Amino acid sequence: MPPIATPAANARIQPASTPPELLRNFCIIAHIDHGKSTLADRMLQLTGVVDARSMRAQYLDRMDIERERGITIKSQAVRMPWQVGETAFALNMIDTPGHVDFTYEVSRSLAACEGAVLLVDAAQGIEAQTLANLYLAMENDLAIIPVLNKIDLPAAQPEKFAEELATLIGGEPEDCLQVSGKTGVGVETLLDAIVAQVPPPVGDPDAPARAMIFDSVYDTYRGVVTYVRVVDGQLSPREKIRMLSTNATHELLEIGVSSPEPHPTQGIGVGEVGYLITGVKDVRQSRVGDTVTNAAKPATESLGGYRDPQPMVYSGLYPIDGSDYPVLRDALDKLKLNDAALAYEPETSVALGFGFRIGFLGLLHLEIVRERLEREFNLDLISTAPNVIYQVTMEDGTEVTVRNPSEFPTGKVKTVTEPIVKATLLAPSEFVGTIMELAQGRRGTLQGMDYLSEERVELRYILPLGEIIFDFFDQLKSRTRGYASLNYEISGEQDADLVKVDILLQGEQVDAFSAVVHREKAYAYGVMMTGKLKELIPRQQFEVPIQAAIGARIIARETIRAMRKDVLAKCYGGDISRKRKLLEKQKEGKKRMKNIGRVEVPQEAFVAALSSEPPSGK
Amino acid sequence: MSTGALPGSVVAGSGERDFGVYLHVPFCSVRCGYCDFNTYTATELGGGASQANYATTAIGEIELAASAMRDVGLPQRNVSTVFLGGGTPTLLPAADLTRLLDAVGQAWGLSDDAEVTTEANPDSVTAADLAELAGAGFTRVSFGMQSAVPSVLHTLERTHDPRRIPDVVTWARDAGLRVSLDLIYGTPGETLDHWRTSLDAVLALEPDHVSAYALTVEPGTKMGAQVRRGLLPMPDPDDEATKYEIAAAALAGAGYDWYEISNFARTPADRCRHNIAYWRSHDWWGVGPGAHSHVGGHRWWNVKHPRPYAERVDAGQLPVAESETLTQRQREDERVLLGVRLADGLDVGPDLRGRLPTLVADGLLEGDPASAGRAVLTLRGRLLADTVVRALTD
Repeated sequence: MPPIATPAANARIQPASTPPELLRNFCIIAHIDHGKSTLADRMLQLTGVVDARSMRAQYLDRMDIERERGITIKSQAVRMPWQVGETAFALNMIDTPGHVDFTYEVSRSLAACEGAVLLVDAAQGIEAQTLANLYLAMENDLAIIPVLNKIDLPAAQPEKFAEELATLIGGEPEDCLQVSGKTGVGVETLLDAIVAQVPPPVGDPDAPARAMIFDSVYDTYRGVVTYVRVVDGQLSPREKIRMLSTNATHELLEIGVSSPEPHPTQGIGVGEVGYLITGVKDVRQSRVGDTVTNAAKPATESLGGYRDPQPMVYSGLYPIDGSDYPVLRDALDKLKLNDAALAYEPETSVALGFGFRIGFLGLLHLEIVRERLEREFNLDLISTAPNVIYQVTMEDGTEVTVRNPSEFPTGKVKTVTEPIVKATLLAPSEFVGTIMELAQGRRGTLQGMDYLSEERVELRYILPLGEIIFDFFDQLKSRTRGYASLNYEISGEQDADLVKVDILLQGEQVDAFSAVVHREKAYAYGVMMTGKLKELIPRQQFEVPIQAAIGARIIARETIRAMRKDVLAKCYGGDISRKRKLLEKQKEGKKRMKNIGRVEVPQEAFVAALSSEPPSGK
Repeated sequence: MSTGALPGSVVAGSGERDFGVYLHVPFCSVRCGYCDFNTYTATELGGGASQANYATTAIGEIELAASAMRDVGLPQRNVSTVFLGGGTPTLLPAADLTRLLDAVGQAWGLSDDAEVTTEANPDSVTAADLAELAGAGFTRVSFGMQSAVPSVLHTLERTHDPRRIPDVVTWARDAGLRVSLDLIYGTPGETLDHWRTSLDAVLALEPDHVSAYALTVEPGTKMGAQVRRGLLPMPDPDDEATKYEIAAAALAGAGYDWYEISNFARTPADRCRHNIAYWRSHDWWGVGPGAHSHVGGHRWWNVKHPRPYAERVDAGQLPVAESETLTQRQREDERVLLGVRLADGLDVGPDLRGRLPTLVADGLLEGDPASAGRAVLTLRGRLLADTVVRALTD
């Protein structure tokens, strides 16, 4: 039997009255697929907070998409008792989002902890994104517990990867714990190690209350549920709280801890982790990183580190069926309740009709939002090629912020700046050449290269964000047979020789296909896009030129030859019904055509032209 | 399954519509690879369906048809056109074809100037047959010549010897029958010269009427499968367009005017009135398995296989598989869809006349008739008739 806390020991660790020295706040840093959720599930079982009967795989990942993709988007905190010797401890496991787009959320989750379990697949070794989060944890002075997971796998090489981890965090390979979330081997030892190695939280119980929001989730029945870590003082039921960034006050309707189901408590004190319900309906009113204090006796200093989420990637989303526009609008309004980073405004495209220009944290965020819109709201959508924000300065000094390529100004441009990222790539050393080739093709600048071991290399690049948002990750994976991993963080801006390439059909500009690309790649983009459209647009009764242009200068051209014959000669032995049905089908098809000038373009052509290839012309 | 009873709505306006009969003969000696018509090569199909007693069964349907039309209250109309198609009608003995024609006359009455056509395969027809048919009241014969080039005929899996064509044409003319020759263009492997050769051969025979159909590859046919598997190339619409233009020029040069997209005649009297009745939405009863019919906005088609067809008719039921009664909108769509194919053109209602100038400017319609509200296709428009139809129907 695992050391589930006895009732007597448990009495000392009740919420709101647990001495900080009996608390341990930790998170698990891991790559997608390295088994974080399975390990968390095993901990829930071993500590007795979830019995085997109600256990469902990956208990903590609530949304379907998360479960299907095996990734965590929203973090959560779970309080688990664990007894070592005669003493029961309350362990708070704070789950961290597992993707590059959510670095800020990760940083807030880490700031709520004193320790981190660095979980690495014993058959694969550390991945770039885990490495980035590890550095983040080390910067936050978290105690790092290196753990190799999946040691039950035949392909596991724990010795090799223990050495790699020891090199990274500075320690001995023997310090690396070995577990299997699947079989449960080593998990008790890990829980003991968390108690032993993670420092207890420290705070001033008598100071005005200060708690940091590390997650905020919208729940249909309860409104916004806000997860906080108390630093100083105490939060109690029914008191008034204040958000320091906005000074908004809210009534605390409920306060409690998750275990993992919500349990209302008499409050939460120094070092504790719990949830708050105030009745607000929009996560924007309860933002990650903000400091919560008592409205009657407020703290004056925020805990720091708060940042408004900034959309980095923009894409136009349009319903394929124009009459779905109100459904899309309502769906976005609903998603927004649970997604403080989602920004959108209505947009009209000549080619695609009414839709929205939507700002995302990054590509995964885009994919998740799109997938939820399609799945939960039953929408069929077209999305335009994603783009980043450009700052354009004109010769006359005017500045334009470009969130949509069609906003790119005409006239004399002095400078264009684009966002750049610091990217870290980890891969087996045999792929170094391949990766360099890819990164150079995307205007990357190599910043450094380190060998983690004989076989694994870390490459650091500065890359334009605009060059990696389309298919960089897919290319990386396919060129390295899935072995390379990528992490990036936004790292400022740079000037770049960027131009807008327009696509014209019979002289009419098709706004949905305009793209901002580097001048050297403009020709390739033009050739690719005109060639693709030539294949996708059916022949018309007249010749249709397809041109790519920078301003008034044509850089590429294709021609769709005129259709000469569409008539059917036979009448199928008097089968007029068949002929009429064919006409009705054609007319139905025509309704789904968009007219660009006189050219009829099937919706599918837009979808196909927008979905497959990157704007870089690769 | 439908009982085949006609709705009362078919009566209205019947006085302005001609009445014709199509007789389908669902038998061939061999099946051609491109053909998707309802036809069978076996002589014995079981259940009483066979080539030998087919005429008797079809006559059964004719009698049922005549009483169904009486029952719904349609006034008596003489039959103005009869068309025997297939399959290969001439695979049946001439006596059977004569019996069928006699049955039509008995059931409805035949106009004095009725046009009575049979399709004929150059392989399976003799001078005596043609004389017998002419004597029985047939006025016209349409030979499925398809091409004069052996390699093209081979691809089409046509078995007849092209050298036989002049003979059958002479026999038919000697019997006093009007002669039509059918050609197919666009067969995989057919060159422009092949096509010109076929046209020259046709013109040398001086038929009264020529039909030129672009090959359509249907998915369910042997040729459809060959194209899908890459054994034959898909006919190229540009190539077909060029061949149509060649045909139109050659035929016009020899004095054959187009009166329907695929049909050309030496004089107005040589036009196929039965065909025109289809394009003008007149009434016709299609007799035989899989045959389609139209009476006053009601369309139906018979069960396809000769065996259930025979069983239904023998049980005294109309062998209808399915039917549809057209809405006013559908009737108008059909009027445009079919009527625009004719050289006489189509009256365009006031709401859609505004679209005619664009169609004229695009070179699809003749300008003069358009200014009078009549849509007449140009040569380019004949090839792009579907585009014109779409413009004039929504």
